Amino acid sequence: MLNTFKTVFALIAVLGLLSGCSSSKKKQEAAPPAATTAEAPVSAGTNLDALKAAADAAGNVFYFEFDSFVLTEQTRAALLAHSEYLKAAPRSIRLEGHADERGSREYNMALGEKRAAAVKDFLASQGVSSAVEVVSFGEEQPAEKGHSETSWSKNRRVELK
Amino acid sequence: MRLIIALFLSWITLSAHALLTVEITKGSAKPTPIAIVPFGNTNGLPEDIQQIVSADLDRSGLFQTIPKGEMLSQPTTQKEVYFRDWQRLKVSYVVIGAMTTTPDGRYALHFELYDVLSSRQVFSGNTVGQVSQLRDIAHAVSDAVFEKITGIPGIFSTKMVYVEDLGYAGPGRYRLVFADIDGARERVLQASKMPILSPVWSHRGDKIAYVSFETTRPAIYIMDLATGRKTQMTNFPGLNGAPAFSPDDTRLAMCLSKDGNPEIYVMNIATRQLQRITDHFGIDHEPAFSADGRSVLFTSSRGGSPQIYQVDLASGRPERVTFDGEYNARPRVTPDGKSIVMVHRDKGIFHIASQDLKTGDMRILTETLLDESPSVAPNGAMLLYATQQQGKGVLGAVSMDAGVKFTMPSRQGDVREPAWSPFLK
Repeated sequence: MLNTFKTVFALIAVLGLLSGCSSSKKKQEAAPPAATTAEAPVSAGTNLDALKAAADAAGNVFYFEFDSFVLTEQTRAALLAHSEYLKAAPRSIRLEGHADERGSREYNMALGEKRAAAVKDFLASQGVSSAVEVVSFGEEQPAEKGHSETSWSKNRRVELK
Repeated sequence: MRLIIALFLSWITLSAHALLTVEITKGSAKPTPIAIVPFGNTNGLPEDIQQIVSADLDRSGLFQTIPKGEMLSQPTTQKEVYFRDWQRLKVSYVVIGAMTTTPDGRYALHFELYDVLSSRQVFSGNTVGQVSQLRDIAHAVSDAVFEKITGIPGIFSTKMVYVEDLGYAGPGRYRLVFADIDGARERVLQASKMPILSPVWSHRGDKIAYVSFETTRPAIYIMDLATGRKTQMTNFPGLNGAPAFSPDDTRLAMCLSKDGNPEIYVMNIATRQLQRITDHFGIDHEPAFSADGRSVLFTSSRGGSPQIYQVDLASGRPERVTFDGEYNARPRVTPDGKSIVMVHRDKGIFHIASQDLKTGDMRILTETLLDESPSVAPNGAMLLYATQQQGKGVLGAVSMDAGVKFTMPSRQGDVREPAWSPFLK
């Protein structure tokens, strides 16, 4: 929850900085409203810092529902902040997909990959052209060791590195 | 090559105390009482053969051995067997025998099985081995006794491999372990700081295929057990998972996502040629060959939730196999080819279930939490699986009629993904 607020505030800050700049970048097709507004270009310097701050505030771990690789609203908002920063300061990234311990191990390996691929596809749809490596660890490397939903919800995740 | 040999030589042979111990949690309703009499000339040997045979038969759940202290006599030859002694103890069978040493310094055990009710000898046999093979000698006795009485081949001489996670970050965190089926004589086939998973046996029992992340990404390897030599079979982008040998060991089914999505492929092991089997945007994973090698069973999310499908390799047409419950995954075919075992979710809890392939009847076999990775014994009478006990990963075993259950708690890390060997020569 705290992350959501951070993301929203950071996005507002970025949008504030960006508004008023002239646009020379092509528009993305089918981008959500928030992204369209954020499409304005970045000149340099402080803007880049603001984009980095927004991306940092968005966090680099994104969570999923059980047996699902659908991006939540919260994740989409966070990925928008990352998209803007990655477009302004391209770098190669690694997306590590994970699953909770329930169910079959190899199936969870595929689930982790589907989750990481969903993040990759979303970033691409926002115009991110960075080299992206997708690796799934399935349920092999949980963030938390517990055996209840509290831990499981922290383990169904994609980490952007 | 030198590295491979060095790795092989550094196989760690662990202490004689097994890392896994056995706790029987549910036995047969009416186990057959049997006496395993201490064998002659076995005092002072590094292994207690009478104790190993007794533990084997007790663990099967079909037998109950009587304690040494209750025996009225301890015969080691036929002429010392007084059936009345055993009738008084209500014992159905008696096993006796004695050890001799051969001129070349090996140990030879002569053993005999008696039916108390009919007062006759059922069987006598001999088994020979080095001092390092005393456990093999004991398991050979267990196999023979089990088969003579039940008509089912014994599995006490078979092996298993499993994965152990020691739980700390470091070079030896994940281990691929080879052990006797009773958990004894473990040796580490491979240790890595990165995950190891999905070990499976070749049908000849000479190789293990598995997945290792040692390059930081998953790849499929085949290890030759006699030499310890490993061969990397795949290195595709994305998933390289769930290897499974064909019945003739010439092909390897697997899951790859190199074409953008998890799909089933079959590789010719000799030529490395790949044949893509499935084509669906859902998850297709966890292949297992049918007993005739003509089709592959696999997990697919194509119907919304994970279910098991079977695809004929000639026609390429998949058919759904499981319909009970909202989650059925990771099929394994029983040795007679007639049933599958799988991970099944019932009311939010993951169990092991079996299904008759002809009738479609499903049966839930386990009642613990987070059960997964079933692996069937080569005699088709039991399966091993992974479960949780007090928050720790342990191995469990259950008979295919769900009547007998035991767990094998680990003294060290989380243990999982057991793979039961075929019968070994």
